[in-house]
Amino acid sequence: MIVEFGQFALILALILALIQAVLPLIGTLINLPNLILVARPAAQAQFLALVISFACLVYAFVIHDFSVAYVANNSNTNLPLLYRVSAVWGAHEGSLLLWALVLSLWTFAVTIFSRQVPPLMLARVVSIMGWISIGFLLFLIITSNPFARLFPVPAQGHDLNPLLQDFGLAIHPPMLYMGYVGLSVAFAFAIAAMWANRLDSAWARWSRPWTNIAWIFLTLGIALGSWWAYYELGWGGWWFWDPVENASFMPWLVATALIHSLAVTDKRSSFKAWTALLAIFAFSLSLLGTFLVRSGVLTSVHAFASDPERGVFILLFLLLVVGGSLTLFAMRAPLIKSHSQFSLLSRETALLLNNIFLVVLAIGILAGTLFPIFTVALNLGKYSVGFPFFNFIFVLLGTPLALLLGFGQLLRWKKDRARQHITKLIPLAISILLAVASVLMMSYFSFYALLGMSLAWWMLIMTITSFMQRFKNQPFSFSSLRKIPPSYYGTHIAHIGVVVFCVGITLTSNYSSKKDVLLKPGESYQMDGYRYKFNGAKQITGPNYRGYEGDVVITKNNTVIANMKPQKRIYFSQQNPMTEAAIDAGFTRDLFVALGEERGQAGAWTLRLYYKPFIRWIWLGAIIMSLGGLVASFDKRYRQKNKRTQTAAEKDRPDGELA
Amino acid sequence: MLRYLIPLAVFIILVIFLAIGLKNDPRYVPSPLIGKPAPDFSLPRLFTPSTTFGPKSLRGKVWILNAWTSDCVGCRQEHPYLLALSKNKLINLIGLDYRDSNTLAIALLKEHGNPYQVVVTDQDGSVGIDYGVYAVPETFIIDKKGIIRFKYIGPLFPDEINKTILPLIKKLNEEVG
Repeated sequence: MIVEFGQFALILALILALIQAVLPLIGTLINLPNLILVARPAAQAQFLALVISFACLVYAFVIHDFSVAYVANNSNTNLPLLYRVSAVWGAHEGSLLLWALVLSLWTFAVTIFSRQVPPLMLARVVSIMGWISIGFLLFLIITSNPFARLFPVPAQGHDLNPLLQDFGLAIHPPMLYMGYVGLSVAFAFAIAAMWANRLDSAWARWSRPWTNIAWIFLTLGIALGSWWAYYELGWGGWWFWDPVENASFMPWLVATALIHSLAVTDKRSSFKAWTALLAIFAFSLSLLGTFLVRSGVLTSVHAFASDPERGVFILLFLLLVVGGSLTLFAMRAPLIKSHSQFSLLSRETALLLNNIFLVVLAIGILAGTLFPIFTVALNLGKYSVGFPFFNFIFVLLGTPLALLLGFGQLLRWKKDRARQHITKLIPLAISILLAVASVLMMSYFSFYALLGMSLAWWMLIMTITSFMQRFKNQPFSFSSLRKIPPSYYGTHIAHIGVVVFCVGITLTSNYSSKKDVLLKPGESYQMDGYRYKFNGAKQITGPNYRGYEGDVVITKNNTVIANMKPQKRIYFSQQNPMTEAAIDAGFTRDLFVALGEERGQAGAWTLRLYYKPFIRWIWLGAIIMSLGGLVASFDKRYRQKNKRTQTAAEKDRPDGELA
Repeated sequence: MLRYLIPLAVFIILVIFLAIGLKNDPRYVPSPLIGKPAPDFSLPRLFTPSTTFGPKSLRGKVWILNAWTSDCVGCRQEHPYLLALSKNKLINLIGLDYRDSNTLAIALLKEHGNPYQVVVTDQDGSVGIDYGVYAVPETFIIDKKGIIRFKYIGPLFPDEINKTILPLIKKLNEEVG
């Protein structure tokens, strides 16, 4: 009964989405205020319907209703409660339902927190989000119904993919979806602004906090995924340039570009067409990511669910949404007049270059990810592009980006004098010297380590210098610190996050050690100053698995550092063993032990040992970046009704009438 | 202004490639076994474990090997369609009960019907490995000469049965054994 109720709520949500999309659209076309005002309540009702529908599916999982095919496929009576709930988004149908729920949550948030936006503009935004919602709900109901029944009803379910039975991965998809889908708000604002022919700085200001918040979720979601891959897959890596990972990283790069470009459009009324294009591009890459993950065109280490028929639907949807937006863009962009000019040496130029590097990096990763599709389609055989290509373009484009990050913050808008900036060669020299000193402290010299550390020191010095510029004409005091707007703090915090991230990847990539060893109980192995003593492995039993647990004691100079318990699990429902690595985490290094195979009769096991310096800094950097984004979102400017920037031409339009 | 059409043009080209990519269905994994003789086996029958059964006795007939287990959801999904398929006189459907409990397998077939002429039990999974089974259900079609002609991964639905399986069986039956 509850299941049918969930199904009903899902269909109701589709009807409400239709109302939300169509009525305000008609209202804006024939200028009927009553229809325009439907947007807000319709979107809120759609959100409520989807919450109910989602809750019904959660309920079916919690009570083990195996008459629902999706529950039977992804759950099991032995599965603990936390993973029964996270199993809801563990496969295709449920993750799409979560997607639709998140989309309606964002729309709901837009209807609540956009008081400063004129009702007509808001109606357009909500209508566009309604159209996207219709697409996803149709996709759900037609091809991927999570409430479909299974007959005969099995006594036991199939169990959740053991890889997904983990806390990090339980919360990774919702985070990532909040980010992916959140980009639809910036997209909807851009389309609405183009539709109304009002690509102005007010539009940019409305979009900025939404883009920031979506970007925060995306950053944290990707970091969580990377952290999960690190400790759960047992390969010791933190990023694999896997298609699914790339699918989340590409929108992140473009969203980062969008954040910077929106700043220019907001403050200088420049880059308008480019900003609109980036907003389309960022959301399109989110949709493309869904297509790649869900259609099965690319095989991936974690393609958990794929189906070519569904791929056709998503591809058509992609064609409509992206093709439609780009057509609108081609029609409107030529009409935009940019009033402001800027010289070659200006903050505008620095931000333009930042955008170009970020977008070219995203395109490079896209080309690398889709390479196998191109070669198969052109009958050249199945080739794929690996690590070396991605690492190469990342370093190639990341280096100028880091240099720009340091320098660009100190440039003035519009026009700056070159002579003033020759002195910046001094901090550059200091950075290189500090980097040489940092690298000399490590065990051996590496060119890439020197490059990475130089960039990190450079960004750090320049970010602090830029922050201190505020105090050129006023004393450094608590009251002057309080006067600084949040967006200024946010920018600098986020840039410090980039510094921390840069140190993390530089040192981890260049100074990690890895060793596969075969140890009998009582034997030990020495690596990077740490002694790993193996005390044998014993059998263990968990709620839905059995397996082995090793015992490894790590000592340094005869002091015990950690007692590690790496596990090898065999889940009852699957044949493949799962590795649960043991990790001793530290601020400057991680020690990592994974249990391999048992060899021979003497209780000897193969063990994989890792020493990973500064790996935590990678995720710490991501956390600091998101914190910066969060602080910046609190800037009061974004919530003010600002008429000052409206031009005479804009005032002629009827948009203000309902305000 | 043509330059504003560039993003659209690039996108259309991308969509064309993705559409071609979609046609390469990952379910039809090119099995190295297609065109090769079906691996021989001699396995105990599920209902009479004291007797064995092997493909040699099917020489000169077109037959289907369906690998399944009692706890697999995909197998339950295809079960009613296999039952319908087994009504067809042309079909010799052999079940390979892969790494399963005999009691549960018998209980399932007694409760929901048995579509198979013969079910053999592959307790240690060695025959499954010979056939390259990696996720049940999987279905193989073997011709009169004992050559594997077709392999399908995942549950069989009427669409696949009517479009691919039945025409192929008909064609193979017309071949000289």
